[in-house]
Amino acid sequence: MTSAREAILGAVRASLGRGALDDAQRAELDARIPAHTRPAQDEDPVERFKRKFESRSGTVVRIDSADQIVATVEAYRAAHDLKKKIAVGGALRELKWPRGWHKHHDPAGIDEALSLTTCFSAVAETGSLVFASGPDNPITHNFVPDDHIVVLEAKQIVDRFEDAWALLRKRDAGMPRATNIVSGPSRTADVEQTIQLGAHGPRRVHVILIG
Amino acid sequence: MEIRSREFKQRSVFAIHDANLQSALDRARDGFIGTRAARAAELPEFEQLREEAKGLKNHILEHLDHYLEKYEAAVTAAGGHVHWARDAAEARRIVLEICKRHDAKTVTKGKSMISEEIGLNEALIANGMEVVETDLGEYIIQLAEEPPSHIIAPAVHKTKKQITELFAAHHDRPPKTSVPDLVNEAREMLRGKFFAADVGITGGNFLIAETGSSVIVTNEGNGDLTQTLARVHIVTSSIEKVVPTLDDATLLLRLLARSATGQETETYTTFSTGPRREGDIDGPEEYHVVLVDNGRSKMLGGRFREMLRCIRCGACMNHCPVYGSVGGHAYGWVYPGPMGSVLTPLIKGLDNSYDLPNACTLNGRCASVCPVKIPLPDLLRELRHMQHQRELSPPTQRHALALWRFAATRPKLYHFGERIATRALALAGRTKGRIRRMPFAAGWTDTRDLPAPTGKTFIDQWKARRGQK
Repeated sequence: MTSAREAILGAVRASLGRGALDDAQRAELDARIPAHTRPAQDEDPVERFKRKFESRSGTVVRIDSADQIVATVEAYRAAHDLKKKIAVGGALRELKWPRGWHKHHDPAGIDEALSLTTCFSAVAETGSLVFASGPDNPITHNFVPDDHIVVLEAKQIVDRFEDAWALLRKRDAGMPRATNIVSGPSRTADVEQTIQLGAHGPRRVHVILIG
Repeated sequence: MEIRSREFKQRSVFAIHDANLQSALDRARDGFIGTRAARAAELPEFEQLREEAKGLKNHILEHLDHYLEKYEAAVTAAGGHVHWARDAAEARRIVLEICKRHDAKTVTKGKSMISEEIGLNEALIANGMEVVETDLGEYIIQLAEEPPSHIIAPAVHKTKKQITELFAAHHDRPPKTSVPDLVNEAREMLRGKFFAADVGITGGNFLIAETGSSVIVTNEGNGDLTQTLARVHIVTSSIEKVVPTLDDATLLLRLLARSATGQETETYTTFSTGPRREGDIDGPEEYHVVLVDNGRSKMLGGRFREMLRCIRCGACMNHCPVYGSVGGHAYGWVYPGPMGSVLTPLIKGLDNSYDLPNACTLNGRCASVCPVKIPLPDLLRELRHMQHQRELSPPTQRHALALWRFAATRPKLYHFGERIATRALALAGRTKGRIRRMPFAAGWTDTRDLPAPTGKTFIDQWKARRGQK
């Protein structure tokens, strides 16, 4: 009996009016390098990232060095009147938290309100953050809490998506299990086309930009 | 989902008299058309990208077998499983088998048109599972027990008041009336479902052969919670969604959101590559992809191959005056508007959907906004031709056309007939210059008057003028 796989591939080939491609033809396809037009961009990438990200209700605060991360989170917490409980990505394990804070490195639970994570890269083109899942970057931190704070170094910002893919390809682990491109807080316009933030994912995404 | 495209005419009449629907459609149309135009204008390369996207999709279709095999190998290498389904029944069986193996009780779903095409929800529910749509719009119409039909904004036809009533009836909480309160209530109700789910099902906007990744775009993040929190993630996608590389996907992503909702990008674009890996502390334990053919491999061989370029952005329906007047439900199946009027007859049969290709006014706006330049009016005309050849059109129409053809191929006879008809019509409308009622054309004259001709045919007038010179 022909398997569904063989039947479908056979039908595809029949419709294309040919048999399976030979090795030389396959090698040629594999060697194809896409050369699509990349939209022109002449703005400073850091400025563009900030402008685009803020245009979709994300917020950005710029600091000089990593020493100021915890104080910046504390200021954000106070401004939004949040509890001192935070899910922190393993990559930021070494941060020292003041007394009264409860931090953990586990996946975000159903009541998680605040998370602090690193990101893999950011793209100036659309003002988007790129996250690569892994032991130190649980994916739930990006989607479950109401408030997601992201540490981003200015040098991590690339011009276009193709530049971010080049970085992903260079990773030892290759393509991450989950690659999340996040362009601001979760939103919906499903009720009468009215934009409402915080549909299912974070209501606020706040970037701490270093450098 | 059950096909009800035969009821198009009847449903259209109801739709046109539904005041809520009409106000919702007006609002939606104005929004989508304006924002798409604005985003396209901001990107000087937009037209160039459309041309390249068309070329890319044509390249993929020409080598579809290769890219599918390559994609499958990459998914397997990442620890995922690829299943192939020839038709809807086979696809349902595969998904059901995975769900049963995991003793699934709750299944969460991100919006996926292919899962509607294969009738997945009904099959899972019939097997005792609770199926929860997690896109807010889909959730609303699931509560309303309506089939989905809008692709981009599934609840576009629901007013806030109707949503208030639906939530009050299903959530057992005091009724909310503001948009933020309604969205928050849905957020709270669905949060528990995400965490309780055994299986999460999403679609795939693209499948990337280079990396074995499935891609979904959402604004809400519901698709991500769906695939992250369940133990098993199942992707249902049709075979033409494969693209060679990440860079190729980027070209299409640059067009997708701009064409769909008039955004520069959707809030979330997620590439999923296999199941949870060693050391990961979250993410699904199993990752499955069900590749659905359901007629597409055949479509590849005929004159409708171009339809397989479609990336499901919905721009064609957002710009269609017919869709804008009757809404998605009138079309009676999963895919509405111009793209649906081509796809539905091809997937479900010409005789099941006679009215759809004929409802088109051939104004061409759909083709002018399609990001991958599908010649939708040409394909619709082709379907009409096929319907005529297979004698699916009404006998009176076929006889009238045969008579017209007989005359049209005999110019003298045609002009003779035309002269008589023009004079007769001029006589009929001589008092007011318009005709109130006309035999055989009641469909037109019931709702408006027919302007009466002056009594001379165009050719007579042309000849007369030329003679004067």
